[in-house]
Amino acid sequence: MPVMEYIDAIRLAMKEEMERDENVFVLGEDVGVKGGVFTTTKGLQEQFGELRVLDTPLAESAIAGVAIGAAMYGMKPIAEMQYSDFMLPATNQIISEAAKIRYRSNNDWNCPVVVRAPIGGGIFGGLYHSQCPESIFFGTPGLKIVAPYSAYDAKGLLKAAVRDPDPVLFFENKKCYKLIKEDVPEDDYIVPIGKANVLREGTDITVIGYSLPLHFAMQAAAELEAEAGISAHILDLRTLQPLDREAIVEAARKTGKVLIVHEDNKTGGVGAEVTAIIAEECLFELDAPIQRLCGPDVPAMPISPPMEKFFMLSKDKVKEAMLQLALF
Amino acid sequence: MSNKQLTDVVMPQLAESLVSATIGKWLKQPGDRVEQYEPICEVITDKVNAEIPSTLDGIMGELLAKEGEEVSVGTVICRIETESAASAPAGTAPTEAQAQAAAPGEPGEGSQRHRYSPAVQTLAAEHGVDLRSVPGTGLGGRITRKDVLAYIAGGGGGNAAQAPTQPSVQPAVQPSAVSQPAAPPAIPVAADLSRAVSEPVRHSGLHLTETPRIPTIEVEGGDRSEYFIDVTPIRNTIATRMRQSVSEIPHGWMMIEVDVTNLVQLRNKIKDEFKRKEGVNLTYLAFLLKAVVSAIKDYPIMNSVWAVDKIIVKRDINISLAVGTEDSVLTPVIKKADQKNIAGLAREIDELATKVRAGKLKLDDMQGGTFTVNNTGSFGSILTQPIINYPQAAILTFESIVKKPVVINDMIAVRSMANLCLSLDHRILDGVICGRFMQRVKDNMESYSLDTQVY
Repeated sequence: MPVMEYIDAIRLAMKEEMERDENVFVLGEDVGVKGGVFTTTKGLQEQFGELRVLDTPLAESAIAGVAIGAAMYGMKPIAEMQYSDFMLPATNQIISEAAKIRYRSNNDWNCPVVVRAPIGGGIFGGLYHSQCPESIFFGTPGLKIVAPYSAYDAKGLLKAAVRDPDPVLFFENKKCYKLIKEDVPEDDYIVPIGKANVLREGTDITVIGYSLPLHFAMQAAAELEAEAGISAHILDLRTLQPLDREAIVEAARKTGKVLIVHEDNKTGGVGAEVTAIIAEECLFELDAPIQRLCGPDVPAMPISPPMEKFFMLSKDKVKEAMLQLALF
Repeated sequence: MSNKQLTDVVMPQLAESLVSATIGKWLKQPGDRVEQYEPICEVITDKVNAEIPSTLDGIMGELLAKEGEEVSVGTVICRIETESAASAPAGTAPTEAQAQAAAPGEPGEGSQRHRYSPAVQTLAAEHGVDLRSVPGTGLGGRITRKDVLAYIAGGGGGNAAQAPTQPSVQPAVQPSAVSQPAAPPAIPVAADLSRAVSEPVRHSGLHLTETPRIPTIEVEGGDRSEYFIDVTPIRNTIATRMRQSVSEIPHGWMMIEVDVTNLVQLRNKIKDEFKRKEGVNLTYLAFLLKAVVSAIKDYPIMNSVWAVDKIIVKRDINISLAVGTEDSVLTPVIKKADQKNIAGLAREIDELATKVRAGKLKLDDMQGGTFTVNNTGSFGSILTQPIINYPQAAILTFESIVKKPVVINDMIAVRSMANLCLSLDHRILDGVICGRFMQRVKDNMESYSLDTQVY
């Protein structure tokens, strides 16, 4: 199995799906000739031509609209939003059209579109290149939302998203692009949408999260195990919508002490819903108040380095929160 | 230690998404003097090649990264020695904070000994554990879930057989649990009671005794001398359109008299057979429509719309047919009427009239009209001044057929006569063109003979 970066895994998933199914095509700003500002789509236009790797105008609403229309006619578009921050002009297309069409047409039409968008800060990107927009789309019936943590999951989830008959938002973490390197199989596999993944078994505390902050949690868990003998159980949600209730409840029951981590703002984030599920399903197995460690309720992301550090989660912040919960 | 201090220089984030960079060449060696912003080394990344500037004045200390080595962002690459001993290194602060936090149960903090979490209570109830005898290792001496599990594993607790009889265990716990809310079992009871009270009220709900309101068309109000009628949506639409038409369109009007004696004879000859064969009535209106459509073909300007800076002439001749009901008038459309013969028009008239009476008109049946014809003769009228069906250019009415003494070749004859009235948009149409048009309709009507084919 070759070792590859998170970004390579995403590129490979698109390449494999485009080779497998001629209806799959990619569109977005600078995805063609340039190969994407992060090089995510590098080489795709050379291989598949400009009819299947479309450079679009700077108009996210049009990118989403074209992709949704094509999807309704049976194509399998992968629409790239250069940064998830730029996705907001396309929200009307995504929420009002893509998410609704199966319901509005009484099941006559569906929309197998994938919208890829890089999320997250810590790259000194400021207000318009660092946001986590999950909570904007979260809770919209008709949308599926995935946010891979590992390169393996990134490839498997993207392939699953392309094959899904309904709209899927694929939130890839741009800080993970080159940070995460691991073995990724070159064969055709998928990671099923809607299934969470236990990253680490443990008995003292449970950490639930998705995307980049789980790497901090994994590092912190290793250190806490070595330094204080604290055993952490870590669950990667992988799919934010629909949430894997069963896995969440099982992980919460395991230790009775739950910490939820994500980079998106705390209020109204995915963590709030996970908290509510746990409160609904297993109150009598809780041994501590459910904790959330999230981005503060200020706009992401300050452009000053100390303030960016203040906003971003880190191994130290996660470790501290895990320790406090273990001590409770 | 002297007042010299070593400051770490870390690999900066040179570009978005960059997590590491390779040291190209060190520009400063240990012992070299460096000034703030002076380049200290070259770095190579897959995006940019750059020089890293010094962040402060001082003397280069040790180099921690070798040339050609790939270094993660944030890793210390070298140390620079500075003269002034400023504040203590910030790096130690977190460690102290952690150590402090790690100390369990600081004195002064209220004891958590008797605060039981739901998990602890559940486990204690299940295993019949008296929590007073369980040692607490959590914050402030709190008994954790793991403490209970350890106690049970160590042979504490005991009669798990009691587990199902939860309430008998609970009282043993509660006296010590001062801060606990009232006994949980009390809550369901209270809920039951409140439900018992609320249920009868619900069953004799007001909605069952009240007669449902029936919506009335006639609006309350007025006195003995008058009453009010609600404006229905269709009435409202008619009112709006009529008002718009008379306000915007300067109406002109003209009338012409047509001798339809031959037409009457023709129709009388063939109508019964037509009815038998086709199942629909062969009306005078069908013949009129044919005559009108043919005349529009000759004078296409009749089939137009005023558009302020231009006049739009419609190629398709779609005849709006005014059809009255008890309380409204609708104008369903015969599309492409010029493509139909008299029989086809008769059938279409019948279909549309049936649909209007049955209230089954679809939106599509109502759209696209370019010229309106109204068979006002069916009300017995001999003269009408119609309002144009906005935004069309003209409307034509077909009045009653009346037998009259008429002078033909200086002789008096009894002929079947009918008036045709035309209202016209005087912005588009004038007397000359309309006169010619009406004359053409008249000619067409009068040229029907016993030989005319309806198919």
